[in-house]
Amino acid sequence: MEPQLSWYLALSAVLFTIGMTGVIIKRNIIAMFMCIELMLNAVNLTFVAFASFFQDVTGQLFVFIVMTVAAAEAAVGLGIIIAIFRNRETLDVDEASVLKL
Amino acid sequence: MLVLLFILFGAMAIGCGLAVVAQRNPLYSAISLIGVFISLACLYVMLAAPFIAAVQVIVYAGAIMVLVVFVIMLLNIQEEEHRRQRLKFLVPVAVALAAVLIAEVAFILVSVQDSHVMPASATTSDVGVTQSIGTALFTKYLLPFEITSILLLMAIVGAMTLARRGGLLPSRERDTRE
Repeated sequence: MEPQLSWYLALSAVLFTIGMTGVIIKRNIIAMFMCIELMLNAVNLTFVAFASFFQDVTGQLFVFIVMTVAAAEAAVGLGIIIAIFRNRETLDVDEASVLKL
Repeated sequence: MLVLLFILFGAMAIGCGLAVVAQRNPLYSAISLIGVFISLACLYVMLAAPFIAAVQVIVYAGAIMVLVVFVIMLLNIQEEEHRRQRLKFLVPVAVALAAVLIAEVAFILVSVQDSHVMPASATTSDVGVTQSIGTALFTKYLLPFEITSILLLMAIVGAMTLARRGGLLPSRERDTRE
């Protein structure tokens, strides 16, 4: 017996759920950022599983593009985190609840 | 054999994922997240996607997490201390949403009939090799590729603008100095 498509989908959904829970309950902005990366990876697993089971390379291409978006998000997001830390001396998202600096 | 490997790497991914959320120190979260990335790369190899697996390790575990760990070290974050939660309903809401999503997973496992699709073989399939990905990327999907390059350019400019002192966001230090 081989691993079925639904197993991969279930694993991906569990990882996505963990990431979503982390985004909701975490207060540290860097920890929230890492939970978002976890959610992106869960979606990537879905893409690769469908690409493999339907013998189509398109899914893997979009994994590639998702990774690029994640890299861009990391660059800009960490820049924003540094800017917030410089202004507020904390990484707690509750302290940064207003856009005005 | 493949089932055992799936269980091994799937359990590793879920365990490390739980550790990402459970750890209070962001650095431990980052190390756990690297564990998730590595185990997902192993699953990609099982799914006949060796190129994606390599990119996962190099780009995610290598580049992105180095950036995150670098920022954690740079900002010298202390461990989160226990504080009064301002939004008390957040944890129940998170648990409820997680329960809904897990119910959906159970629905998938119970109801979906997936005997008619078979996975690509990791050894003989040409779905995941670099050649097929490159061919599709530079012919059929050239437009998303170009849009991605513009996105990366915007990310470079944006990161430089945000991170330099006295940039887009006025800093409090500069205000006090003036």
